[in-house]
Amino acid sequence: MRTCPFWTSLLLCCSSVTAGELDLSGNVDIQWRGFAHNATFPEQHNAATSVSLEPELYFDLDKGYENIVFTPFYRYDQYDDKRSHGDIRELYWQKVYDQFQLRAGISKVYWGVTESIHLVDIINQTDQVENVDGEDKLGQPMIFYSTEQDWGLLDVFVLPGFRTRTFAGIKGRPRFPFAINGDAAIYESADREHHVDYALRLFKYLGDWEVGLSYFKGTGREPESYRPVSFDSGGNPTEFAPYYAQIDQLGVTVQALINAWTWKLEAISRRSSVQRFNALAAGFEYTLVGIQDSNTDLGIVIEYLYDQRDTPISNPTLPVPATFQNDLTTAFRFAFNDIQSSEILIGLITDLDNHAVASFIEASRRLGSSFKAELELRTFNNTRPGQPLDSFRNDDFIQLSLAWYF
Amino acid sequence: MTDKSLSTSLLALALIFGAVQTHAATAEEKGLTIAIEADRRDTGFVDQTADLTMELRNKQGDTSTRYIHIKTLEVTGDGDKSLSIFEQPADVSGTAFLSFSHAKKPDEQWLYLPALKRVKRINSNNKSGPFMGSEFAYEDLASQEIEKYTYKYIKDEIVNGVDSFVIERAPTYEHSGYTRQLIWLNKAEYRPEKIEFYDRKNSLLKTLSYSGYQQYLNQFWRPDKMTMANHQTEKSTVLTWKNYAFKTGLDERDFSQNALKRAR
Repeated sequence: MRTCPFWTSLLLCCSSVTAGELDLSGNVDIQWRGFAHNATFPEQHNAATSVSLEPELYFDLDKGYENIVFTPFYRYDQYDDKRSHGDIRELYWQKVYDQFQLRAGISKVYWGVTESIHLVDIINQTDQVENVDGEDKLGQPMIFYSTEQDWGLLDVFVLPGFRTRTFAGIKGRPRFPFAINGDAAIYESADREHHVDYALRLFKYLGDWEVGLSYFKGTGREPESYRPVSFDSGGNPTEFAPYYAQIDQLGVTVQALINAWTWKLEAISRRSSVQRFNALAAGFEYTLVGIQDSNTDLGIVIEYLYDQRDTPISNPTLPVPATFQNDLTTAFRFAFNDIQSSEILIGLITDLDNHAVASFIEASRRLGSSFKAELELRTFNNTRPGQPLDSFRNDDFIQLSLAWYF
Repeated sequence: MTDKSLSTSLLALALIFGAVQTHAATAEEKGLTIAIEADRRDTGFVDQTADLTMELRNKQGDTSTRYIHIKTLEVTGDGDKSLSIFEQPADVSGTAFLSFSHAKKPDEQWLYLPALKRVKRINSNNKSGPFMGSEFAYEDLASQEIEKYTYKYIKDEIVNGVDSFVIERAPTYEHSGYTRQLIWLNKAEYRPEKIEFYDRKNSLLKTLSYSGYQQYLNQFWRPDKMTMANHQTEKSTVLTWKNYAFKTGLDERDFSQNALKRAR
């Protein structure tokens, strides 16, 4: 391990090169968002810039069989003081034994196969201020035991401590039509955020098939409803807090590779004291390799999304309805397989009941050897009052970002 | 490495056939016999680790470099397992690629994406696609099992001053980008000196040249450098191998799903 001042090590010593047992890598990202329409709420702006930093320190204690990982994260946002936030994405110790491996600390885990939504993935809370796609996650304290046997891969989690979802502030965009104070969270459990949750997952490859079965018991990551916590002089609510219920959730993932087809299924069944529902996402990705005699691969993604929670929002204190209760995702993924690893994903999620359409473009390309440029575009069309997506009706945006990786 | 019983019985069959028939072995038999001998000589390394630098060069001469650490486990009776861990470019650092080669069924491949902590199973129909934007296709870097090709001995020829067998081999697996390959095998050491790849239209697509061979453990020949030149695009990729190590003590657990997720 080198002993040099932090900034010297950041800039000179260790940039992604193993320095004895210590490895430092990470990225700095500058991001700009511009909105196509005037803001719905007077506090919001039509463009915003933000910067994020995510270094990763990796200490190898035994040739990869024992290590400590530390990944702090911080974002500064020009306007939204809630989007300006820090998190410990990872800070854990891990050791590999003969028949199992053990991890203790703060970490991230992903479960799932589908592209448009991630129903089964439940260990980590969503860092919702990062992006509306729900793919950014907060670090979760855990003790994680994993064993790989002939009968499959078994993961067992003890999850002490709950992370509350992040919500945009009143200057944030896009945001819900009412102000949400994530820090004022209300819990069903008397242990509040100290409730200890449990999860396990059994996963098995069967030739070209894979099957995952998971069970979670504890504090639901998704707020079940929102409850008023502040009122104006007339008694009208001015601020709401998320309500986190105790849940049981069973999850199933199935994936099958059949020639150029990758068939996917994710399904959950969730039960709390006030509701019980099922949801699923199912579809395929069909890949055309080397279209038109080029190096470009084209993936065609079709996924059907179903969720039993389909009551409209009449009152935020009632259980939150699903955004994708009967929807169809259609997307095209172009992987150019060039030196710059250029990729474009373009698609639509169409509501089959009321024809609301959310569209997206995600494009990325490496610049030189240590920069990456990304473009993201999201639009929300044909929404109607009462639908979850309606609060984003004026929030079509383009996002440009440039990241430096070290 | 390979299905020994099948290889041996094929060899025995070839020999019996040769003995019963009074004429010399056919070109196909001779090609197969040479391939089996080359495979035999490379059997027994148990496991291997190496650091790979991949330099991509376009028509204008601009270059881009990748660093990859590769671990390989020899599997008796089937294809090898390998785990490739990307170190550069920095934006893909920590990305890992796990591959189980098979002699008779399609290879199994997984990609681990560290930013999302997600493992993606890769459809095996991508064999002909470029690996990391390079001139190497996935199938060029996969472990070369005897059963993956049919063989035909063409002639003897001196290439780069080395007396070589020239063998034509045609892929037996689906989704290959090639109709056939011509391989120049060093007659003394049964190691490849050069391979020509012919595309689906049977036009010369690429030439792979091996150089800087060194022998390890008094048996295994490994090149320090492999140059793939694409004749149709005029792009090229140079692989430079360093820090070869063998019999390092790796086992199945170093090529498992959890090993993929913790790869560094």
